[in-house]
Amino acid sequence: MQGDKIVALLGVNGAGKTTLLRIIAGLDKPDKGTIQFNDKPKSDAELRQIATLVFQRSAMFNRSVYDNLAYGLKIRGAKDTEIKQRLSEALCSVGLTDFEKRKAKKTSGGEQQRIALARAFLLEPKILLLDEPTANLDPNSAAIIERAILSRKNKNTIIVISTHNLTQAKRIGDEVIHIHAGEIVESAPSAEFFDNPKSEVSRKFIDGELDF
Amino acid sequence: MPDVIVQAFQQAFQLIFSGNPEFYATIYRTLYVSGVGTLLACTWSIPIAAALGLYNFRGKWVIKGFFSALIGVPTVALGLLLYLLMSRQGEFGFLHLLYTVNGIMIGQAILVTPIIVSFTANALSASDTQIRDLARTLGASGMRTNLAIMRETFWSMILSVTAAFNRGFGELGIATIVGGGLVGETNVLTTSIALQINFGAFQIAMAYAIVLMIIVFAVTLIISIIEKLKQREETLKINYKWFTLRWGG
Repeated sequence: MQGDKIVALLGVNGAGKTTLLRIIAGLDKPDKGTIQFNDKPKSDAELRQIATLVFQRSAMFNRSVYDNLAYGLKIRGAKDTEIKQRLSEALCSVGLTDFEKRKAKKTSGGEQQRIALARAFLLEPKILLLDEPTANLDPNSAAIIERAILSRKNKNTIIVISTHNLTQAKRIGDEVIHIHAGEIVESAPSAEFFDNPKSEVSRKFIDGELDF
Repeated sequence: MPDVIVQAFQQAFQLIFSGNPEFYATIYRTLYVSGVGTLLACTWSIPIAAALGLYNFRGKWVIKGFFSALIGVPTVALGLLLYLLMSRQGEFGFLHLLYTVNGIMIGQAILVTPIIVSFTANALSASDTQIRDLARTLGASGMRTNLAIMRETFWSMILSVTAAFNRGFGELGIATIVGGGLVGETNVLTTSIALQINFGAFQIAMAYAIVLMIIVFAVTLIISIIEKLKQREETLKINYKWFTLRWGG
């Protein structure tokens, strides 16, 4: 994967997308094999320092939006004034200006997902992992999130977004990796994948004919 | 309502405002014994609960089951066991704890340990598993992750400590057998109630019982109010922090 591209991880429910993202994020251990970054195998702890995962069901600490966003920065030793400035920019990038004071858990589902995204942006991870970030959101919230994701492109961050939404993958993905039953069945540039899939499984998936 | 209960309420209020030094000393002693006993229990119970609630290891469920089973231990049985251990011929006879406030305190600390361990361990293990993943993916170390989980379950932990305090505050077996209910020395509210019943002074016994219940309710109510106020204060704090950062001040 390269730092200036958005990689869409496609697959039906249960294909293994979330499992793969959790392994890359250093939250779960693989049954076999290793995750390599810059050609070097990385331990779980090392992966957690370079990768940040935004969960499908956004998780929030029972604190203010400010505290939720500042948590990762405080761990990294950032000062209050720096946190405040970066936090404002991050919230602005997801359309939640002046949300700092609110209780994170009392915001709507769409707002929580945007807060989670802003929290991940703040850490400027080398690998940003997004697990179906727009699932169950209204079109407006989904569009804001997609715009925010696109705004992070070309910032030396590898962005991997898992989705089963083909149009979304086509819209924002530069590369597509198709997973089925825990195996990568095809990996190709987005246009090539959708126009001329090489694998029969991928073709069936695009045409909506794939049995689970 | 039977007359005896009405009179008991009247007597309770008369006692509360009577200025009777022995009455106030009994209340103070009861609060002191149960309060310090509960805090003492916290020093070992919370680390045990954290180990049981935050880590997985072989035999964990056996230990959890053991503590859960101990929640219902009869206070007279524990009191008798402690009496034998603390009596002059007992293993801990040299400490001279029998018929002392410290003896009751240690007994109550042992009594409430299973409550704090079980309730706190359950609260920690039942906390949203996503909180652990969230803290880790934001770069928290193992210790910071555990602290984040403990912070999220802080008020559940306070509730378990409150339940433990109430259990110690209202128990009779240990206070009677280990403390001996010595008037002016080791008698607490529950032993005072038992003593007044033995004297046939049911109204005074009822008055003590009412005071006991008022304190139990008051402690639980105060904890609930503090919890609500802390939540509000957190919001005020962030408002202040934000105001200071934005406008200086």
